[in-house]
Amino acid sequence: MSEAVTPATTSIMETTAERQPLLSRLAPWLVFGLFAAVPLLAHAINDSFILVIATRMLIFALAALSLNLIMGYGALVSFGHAAYIGIGAYAVGILSSYGINDLLLQIAAALVVAGLFALVTGYLSLRTSGVYFIMITLAFGQMAFFFMVSLSAFGGDDGMSLSGRSTLLGADLLADNLALFYGVLIILAAAFLLMRTLVASRFGRVLRGTRDNPTRMRAIGFSPFAFQLTAYVIAGMIAAVAGVLLANQVQFVSPAYMTWARSGELIVMVVLGGMGTLLGPIIGATVFILLEDVLAHFSEHWKLGLGLILVLVVLGSRDGMSGLARRLRGGSDA
Amino acid sequence: MLEPLLAVKGLRKNFGALKVTDNVDLNVQKGEIHALIGPNGAGKTTLIHQLSGNLRSDAGSVVFAGQDITRLGMAERVHLGLARSFQITSILDGFSVLENVAMAVQARSGSSFRFFRDASREDEINIQANKALARVQLADRAYRRAGSLSHGEKRQLEIAIALATGARLLLLDEPLAGTGHEESAVLVELMRSLRGSHTLVLIEHDMDAVFSLADHVSVLVYGSVIASGEPSTVRSHPDVRAAYLGEEEIA
Ligand SMILES: Nc1ncnc2c1ncn2[C@@H]1O[C@H](COP(=O)(O)OP(=O)(O)O)[C@@H](O)[C@H]1O
Ligand SMILES: [Mg+2]
Repeated sequence: MSEAVTPATTSIMETTAERQPLLSRLAPWLVFGLFAAVPLLAHAINDSFILVIATRMLIFALAALSLNLIMGYGALVSFGHAAYIGIGAYAVGILSSYGINDLLLQIAAALVVAGLFALVTGYLSLRTSGVYFIMITLAFGQMAFFFMVSLSAFGGDDGMSLSGRSTLLGADLLADNLALFYGVLIILAAAFLLMRTLVASRFGRVLRGTRDNPTRMRAIGFSPFAFQLTAYVIAGMIAAVAGVLLANQVQFVSPAYMTWARSGELIVMVVLGGMGTLLGPIIGATVFILLEDVLAHFSEHWKLGLGLILVLVVLGSRDGMSGLARRLRGGSDA
Repeated sequence: MLEPLLAVKGLRKNFGALKVTDNVDLNVQKGEIHALIGPNGAGKTTLIHQLSGNLRSDAGSVVFAGQDITRLGMAERVHLGLARSFQITSILDGFSVLENVAMAVQARSGSSFRFFRDASREDEINIQANKALARVQLADRAYRRAGSLSHGEKRQLEIAIALATGARLLLLDEPLAGTGHEESAVLVELMRSLRGSHTLVLIEHDMDAVFSLADHVSVLVYGSVIASGEPSTVRSHPDVRAAYLGEEEIA
């Protein structure tokens, strides 16, 4: 991260009209700094599994970050976001089965396919709002899931194992877990900066305004649809990059990445960290993966524990259930 | 007579069996302050919804500056120069006062499909937004959170936003509703100062304000215009007196 961070931070402070404390300006440095230091910890206690978990955190943080653009800044609760992770993962799996292992080509393919899928499904989904939007995105997500299940040429239900990680311009850079970790961290940091810029831009301002009061936005001359659709496409494309990274980490691709339950987990991550904040989804994903790992040690029914924690978070946070309810109602307020 | 800036013909709207807008004809001349009065539930707000494009009409036509806008949405009408304010305050509570207005300036300042520059630092936009705020005497509140304003200040902000759209016809739905004496005086003076630069359709219950501002008064009762004309003629119209009996004294 560079000097460019500072001006963007101050401008967000101005837009929210109330000065933010020093702590929240330092928070991104803190979070990314702590992650950057994880390999040191792994080295010190000689536990390489920490690196694997941390990489997984970063990958899901990227996916949650993308969902937050539409959910937190656009009040568009998509229940089909895991489909884009799947699209990214299958871009890696399918291309590498044809001998195309280059990461950039795989990312390009993932972006194109995810972008087109988001454009078409978003165009149709955004004609609805609130609960109907949730249902139709869920349906499209499941459609993508069943499509991959039925595609037996690429493993179908069983998924497909990859023979190795992607290469970058011919070099086998990501083979090492440490290199993959820092590669993912850099991509997440770049996505974070992109998100911060987008949210503060004209585009982001229209998106945020529409989230809060769509009637007001129309009354000053905006037609929100195109802005929402653009956000939907951007979010899908970023989630696909997370899918590319996930396939690389686990070297396995499966329709299981795309189930509605996975989409639900992404929503949980965003809510857990705090919707509509820039760092929230990163923290939410980190905590979620941590709980998944820790609670799973104690009990098979770890999701019940997670559910309880989530309920407490939602009840306890200032925005709380009312904030969630307002977003679920979507653009129906006049 | 000159061709009116806004010409409404045979406008209708039913909610189920209820005829809320019943064959309304209305002509608003350029530059005038046209008051629309009538008892509660007469259909004034519904008519504003129809004129601003927030609500589709069942029948009839709306012509603005010679162009038929009956089928256009709210956003398109704003770009043609017709903006409205809301009876129930509708602002962006979580944004600063300045940004509420800047958003309206942004809507007419080129494409908003710009992704990288910080919108809150666009000086051109902020300067114009500040001018609109100064006009409603809210300049000193620019950096406050809009949701934290007093009720009267929110009503002023509503008008600043409508002004900032650059529209020449403003449909103001009870801009004085719930304001205190001083706030209401500020708003009345503001509306007076808009004469000449803007055309106003003004819904208002405060009869002092109506009769001190309006060039033309139309009276809506049960969705029908029962009288329309100069303030003095309308005031003495027997149907108007009957409609208002027990409602409110027409001073
Ligand atoms: N969306 C709606 N559905 C059904 N009835 C409505 C709706 N909006 C308004 N009405 C009814 O239409 C009538 C006119 O309402 P309104 O236009 O708000 O009147 P005014 O602004 O003159 O007080 C009222 O009887 C009201 O109850
Ligand atoms: Mg009304």
